[in-house]
Amino acid sequence: MPQPYDIIIIGAGIVGAMIARTLARYDVRILWLEKASDIGVGATAANSALIHAGHDAVPGSLKAEMNVKANPLWDQLSEELHFAFQRTGAYVVAIGPEEFAKLEQLLDRARQNGVPAEILSSEVMRQREPQINPAVSGALHIPTGGIVDPWGATVAAAENAVLNGVELRLNTEFLDFIWEGEKASGRVDESKIQNPKSKIVGIHTSAGDFYARWVINAAGLFADEVMHKAGVRPEFKITPRRGEYFVMDRNQLQLNNVLFPVPTAVSKGILVTMTLHGNTLVGPNAENIEDKTDVDVTPQGMAETWAGGLKLVPGLKQRDIIAVFAGLRPAGNAPCANPAVDYAHDFIIEIPAEVAGFVNLGGMESPALTAAPAIAARVVELLQGAGEELREKAAWNPLRQDRPVFRHLTREEQAALVAQDPRYGRVICRCETVTEGEIVAEIHAPIPATTYDAIKRRTWLGTGRCLGGFDMPRVVEILARELGKNPLEISKKGPGSEFLFRQTKEAAL
Amino acid sequence: MTHTLKSHYDVIVIGAGPGGLAAAIEAKKHGADDVLLIDRDLELGGILLQCIHNGFGVETFKEDLPGPSYAQRFVNEAQTIGIEYLLDTIVLEVTPDRRVYTTGARTGFKELSAKAMVFSMGCRERTRAQIRIPGPRPAGVFTAGTAQRWVNVEGYMPGSRFVVLGSGDIGMIMARRLTFEGAKVERVLEVMPYLSGLSRNYVQCLLDFDIPLQLQHTVKRIIGKNRVEAVEAVAVDDQWQFIPGTEELIPCDTLLLSVGLIPENELSQKAGVALDPVTAGPYVDDGFLTSVPGIFAAGNVVHVYDLVDWVTQAGRTAGKRAAMVVTGCCNPEPAYVPTRAGDNVRYVVPQRLDPETLTQEPIMLQMRVTRPLEQSVTVQVTDGDTLIAKKAERYARPGEMVSLTLKGKDYDAVRKAKELKVSVVPK
Repeated sequence: MPQPYDIIIIGAGIVGAMIARTLARYDVRILWLEKASDIGVGATAANSALIHAGHDAVPGSLKAEMNVKANPLWDQLSEELHFAFQRTGAYVVAIGPEEFAKLEQLLDRARQNGVPAEILSSEVMRQREPQINPAVSGALHIPTGGIVDPWGATVAAAENAVLNGVELRLNTEFLDFIWEGEKASGRVDESKIQNPKSKIVGIHTSAGDFYARWVINAAGLFADEVMHKAGVRPEFKITPRRGEYFVMDRNQLQLNNVLFPVPTAVSKGILVTMTLHGNTLVGPNAENIEDKTDVDVTPQGMAETWAGGLKLVPGLKQRDIIAVFAGLRPAGNAPCANPAVDYAHDFIIEIPAEVAGFVNLGGMESPALTAAPAIAARVVELLQGAGEELREKAAWNPLRQDRPVFRHLTREEQAALVAQDPRYGRVICRCETVTEGEIVAEIHAPIPATTYDAIKRRTWLGTGRCLGGFDMPRVVEILARELGKNPLEISKKGPGSEFLFRQTKEAAL
Repeated sequence: MTHTLKSHYDVIVIGAGPGGLAAAIEAKKHGADDVLLIDRDLELGGILLQCIHNGFGVETFKEDLPGPSYAQRFVNEAQTIGIEYLLDTIVLEVTPDRRVYTTGARTGFKELSAKAMVFSMGCRERTRAQIRIPGPRPAGVFTAGTAQRWVNVEGYMPGSRFVVLGSGDIGMIMARRLTFEGAKVERVLEVMPYLSGLSRNYVQCLLDFDIPLQLQHTVKRIIGKNRVEAVEAVAVDDQWQFIPGTEELIPCDTLLLSVGLIPENELSQKAGVALDPVTAGPYVDDGFLTSVPGIFAAGNVVHVYDLVDWVTQAGRTAGKRAAMVVTGCCNPEPAYVPTRAGDNVRYVVPQRLDPETLTQEPIMLQMRVTRPLEQSVTVQVTDGDTLIAKKAERYARPGEMVSLTLKGKDYDAVRKAKELKVSVVPK
């Protein structure tokens, strides 16, 4: 049997990344697994990029507790890890008199959750956002809301974890658990799963078996399947809830606020929000689907999202749309742990009594991005409660060094950077002004970006108006050169998504 | 480059495609001593370098040339007359007072300035997002121009079995090019009831190679999570609505988009240049002067042309006028007459003109029609009810530009006109 780890984390979304980063502080050997070719490609890849205040969560739920606890942590996190975050505040905008009446309920809910909020008049709201629907009747202002770069936050936390000793393995899919006493054949004795004190000692994966004293389920959309393999919560089900979004050209539409509609029973609604890249984001709608990999955009979904956007900002123009995408929320059906709270979509963060060696998370839909650092802290508490000593490492470094982002520099800084490394002088993505230096730095980063989409998520290259039309051939060339590969092997997002089929007749001669 | 770069130029031209090359050459010839051409690519010539098909130069040289050969003639001339250039260099910003910030791996970071500038940044392709095609986001959805670069410049095939959406010129030309390279092009789909590119490209690229064109058809859905596996095509009615029951699954590994071009004016906007929402390019006068003094614009950055020869002609005019700013022989406050799109005209360029120009040289009005007319048509310029100029054409199609040239004899009528309304109507 190979040297066992102390902890295995399954899943490298924002929740897995925050757990890895938090646990890396302690003197434990951690293996962190992700089935995809990159981190942050599931629910983390496509969402509203917001740090919620916690005004909207059901009071008394775990979601509310985690959200409110996590919200203030983001300032320090972004300073330590160097990712983009801005505490912008947020508005829930009431359109028409009927919605205005609901603002009082929302204010009351915010107060119950301990979230500062105030109701603003329509005049004040129109002043603060001149592009708002003129039928605005008032708004709930929540000053602690913020916006974040979710890809940047995930990469930064993950990189910090890796630099502090966490072993990350990509392209490694969880298949099943290894139970104490299990034969090397790998066959699970079903009777053991029924045994109330059966113990997990490792996992089978697509890349072999790994052993550990603890396995943490941070599998996001697939968390239900992982926990069912552990024999835990067979009634728990993740329903992918798809949301479709539009990204608007920042040169055509300047919006400086985070605008929510008055929420519905199932979602916070279709919002219109500024992003850290200056482009306005419109979305998401909410549609329950079956397939956990189905991120299709659909005619109905796009129409619904657009109508939702127009409700808040009637001046949106279709010709200013530069990107369309869909994301999946891993919506669970776990009841709130507090029986007094009538809520059936709460987070699960637990060490289940019936299985030893297993930390179980589930239902990591919104506000899981916001809550991730608090969830990670709760996981530490649970492990300590289960007898793990978790001694701090002397060598732990909470800081992650940032890499130059050419477009964020002053002209003087740009000149100095180009003089120092000419690769920062070559602009590859002209819409977002991403340089060859930035691309090469990501390819050779602690968690190397090895696909086009991995580079896109880290640099925002290809996210602009031309959607990568100009940069794609050049990025493929740079990836091939830096990785020592043939351009035919370079892919968009891992095996099966290669860009090129063969050389042309003349080139092949 | 062997010489030392100056920090101040008479004329700086951004973009070394056909518009920029012609502008730089003409500026130099008309008295601008220091002319600098800046391009982000490794060579002069712009997108012409990847257009290895012929069809270039019939107007300019009375010859039918491939794109690189057409470009080379201008490159040779530019080098002969001593135009300076910065390659592998991108312009980060131009200020309204014509300070220019550039960066390049070989040229470093620079701040330059110019007495006059010509913007000739060309255009970009419309993307999947702009036409909102449903489905997932696999590899294998490329714009036709990206595929063209891969095949003609890099020497790689980005697929083996293609469907082309849009009957733009690059799409049709790529359908033929890919067929030459041994790929299968299943279909060209066009949502409109008429071709969006040139008729000659339909004949020479599709008809001659048995590539079917389906008008009033589009892609209802892309299929394939990692790589395109098929597209679902569908017929549409006159309101672009899908016609149920006409869906057809076409297996393919690549969807090429040739669904329109958009002038690239991000730099223009930063420089304060006012843009026409219809063309998405700057408002220009007959000398291609924009709304910002000293800044001219020429080529596809102004509006999307159908033939390179017209781009060259626009570049020449803009370059000459830019030189006049430098030499101080232009009229500082012209009494402009606006042009206006009338019946069946989507837009007219230039958007305003100085009648005094007609005492020196003719002015060509160029336009795109809104709907096709497959019959004899009259192209006419009026002021109210007064006819100023007209000409006959055999037909009018949205994919092919229509032009009308005002001459010296029209001077009096133009000078008195409040506006020049341009229409293309059945004869």
